[in-house]
Amino acid sequence: MPATVSGLAAPLPLSNVDTDVIMPKRFLITITREGLADGTFADLRFDEAGKQRPDFVLNQTPWLKATILIVGDNFGCGSSREHAVWGMRQLGIKACIGTGFAGIFFDNARKNGLALPVITAEDRDALLQLAGTENGIEISIDIEHRNITAGDMTLPFQMDDATQAALIRGGDETLDTLEYADAIRAFENGLTDSMRVSVIK
Amino acid sequence: MNRTLYDKLVDAHKVCDLPDGDMLIYVDLHIMNEYTSPQAFSGLDTKQLGVWRPEAHLAVVDHVNATRSSKPHDAASKLLIDNLEANCLKHGIAFYGLGDRRQGIEHVVVPEQGLAAPGMLIACGDSHTTTYGAFGSLGFGIGTSEVEHVLASQTLRYKRLKTMLVDINGDPAPGVTAKDIIMKVVQVIGAGGANGYAIEFAGSAISLLSMSGRMTICNMAVELGGRAALIAADDKAYRMAAGRAHSETLCFDSEDWVSDAGAEFDTTLTIDASEIAPLVSWGTSPDQSVPIDKHVPQFASQTTPKARAAMERALDYMGLKPGQSMQDITIDSAFIGSCTNGRIEDLRAAADILKGRQVAQGVNAVVVPGSAITKLQAESEGLDKVFTEAGFDWRPESGCSMCLAMNDDIAMDGERVASSTNRNFEGRQGRGARTHLMSPAMVAAAAVAGHLADVRDYTLETK
Repeated sequence: MPATVSGLAAPLPLSNVDTDVIMPKRFLITITREGLADGTFADLRFDEAGKQRPDFVLNQTPWLKATILIVGDNFGCGSSREHAVWGMRQLGIKACIGTGFAGIFFDNARKNGLALPVITAEDRDALLQLAGTENGIEISIDIEHRNITAGDMTLPFQMDDATQAALIRGGDETLDTLEYADAIRAFENGLTDSMRVSVIK
Repeated sequence: MNRTLYDKLVDAHKVCDLPDGDMLIYVDLHIMNEYTSPQAFSGLDTKQLGVWRPEAHLAVVDHVNATRSSKPHDAASKLLIDNLEANCLKHGIAFYGLGDRRQGIEHVVVPEQGLAAPGMLIACGDSHTTTYGAFGSLGFGIGTSEVEHVLASQTLRYKRLKTMLVDINGDPAPGVTAKDIIMKVVQVIGAGGANGYAIEFAGSAISLLSMSGRMTICNMAVELGGRAALIAADDKAYRMAAGRAHSETLCFDSEDWVSDAGAEFDTTLTIDASEIAPLVSWGTSPDQSVPIDKHVPQFASQTTPKARAAMERALDYMGLKPGQSMQDITIDSAFIGSCTNGRIEDLRAAADILKGRQVAQGVNAVVVPGSAITKLQAESEGLDKVFTEAGFDWRPESGCSMCLAMNDDIAMDGERVASSTNRNFEGRQGRGARTHLMSPAMVAAAAVAGHLADVRDYTLETK
């Protein structure tokens, strides 16, 4: 991911948007990561007949093209399903800006290049207001310097070092970790037999 | 240095620090289910990686399977189940599938098998993995990329959490269960109030609880954002871990798995258990609950326009009005089960209410035992007869079922469910379905009454 993420921001002020709402369970019966864009926010975006709900922000001009969401408190709570993050990325969402995210969702986002800058409630409300204006607003998130530019505003955000590094560097954490195979073996050598789980088949 | 239980567990499992500020931690046991693991296995294939230590993993089918029969109810669920079995066979991983006498909801199965013991680190692609904190072990949910990571390396990249102590003292009143205690904690701290924290539950009310009750508490800690929940390991925890299939082979006694006296927490909160009443949720977030003898909250209590809008949305979804008496809310269905409240103790508590009583006309009442072993135990105690004679549908197979409706147990649009589960999210039990969370005994009382009901009216009156 480039060190800066830019795009049109859409306001999604609901609190406690859970991963059941982000990716309803009927889209989870799958063994691949693909094909999840249509499922993302499905019950907010579409009615029972599959028609777009005009009241949902991502179905409205100009936010049809939004790639950044300004979100309510505790976004991403609930189920661990990474399908929620895969779906958001497939829908073209590159970042969510909020006051705090549920832990598993936060970690899943990092693995998939979805940036989650954390700002104060005051700054978030200011961004919600800007993003909700008729023409919307383009926002720029400088991951490296941890600040957000929106109109004349420059707002600092929080992000831990490891998440920041992972977003900028990209790469594969599984493969990176296997470079520490010797350290893992050394740790295992220090375990007693009764600390080595062996599940009965 | 006086350390918290959480810090002791992290220290004991730390492999090394990483240059980016994270650390690698070692996972003693990794549990998998059929819906959050397929893409992890395909990730291994793509990267041409094997499983680091296959014997340290357990796969259980629970999320998508039918509970009326041990056969998959459709081709899509069969695909997920077969895929997990094939992946386990390929990599030499233990697989407890449909028809296996050890199958059930993963967080019910693991303690039954003696695979949870004080001092362990347990990870699983399921948010309710916090359950294992009841044993003084560190359990937490992970995403599918992390499932791949732990399969390949037996480790996770980890950042130490902040610590929160929730001290719960006082004697709970009759009719108040572990479910009511944790629903109270969620209500007080809020749905995201513990994001970034490991929560330790302590106090006399926690010490008094059975292991089953402690599992209910730790299970729902994730509903307030806790990434880990912990309870000091005591005799009850060690006894629960003993005498089971894996007990003889496991011992993690390198430390006393309790917080040292004087250990400091980042945040401390005290709750008086004697003031907790049986709770029932009214909204679409687990922190939206009131005592059963009270009313749907008034808008006046919502201070900000945003809070009011959120409440209006929740009430609109739930089809409720401010000020409405909770006990006037009629139900269509009753569901007893889940990793929160599907254990034998939960079934006994519900059966106690149902003995000699009948489910109200028109209420669809279902009970899904937490595991195959739970089912056999319940049948040996005659609980299945109590449920069926009362008019409950006693399901022969175990699974998550209607807690999240990934199988064929799906509530209809507008259907109102009294549920012993953990989440009342929009659409959780089916698109448009309306969930009221409560204890299993309260679900039984609601099923009998046909409306949300106060369990105390059923336990105190003569039948």
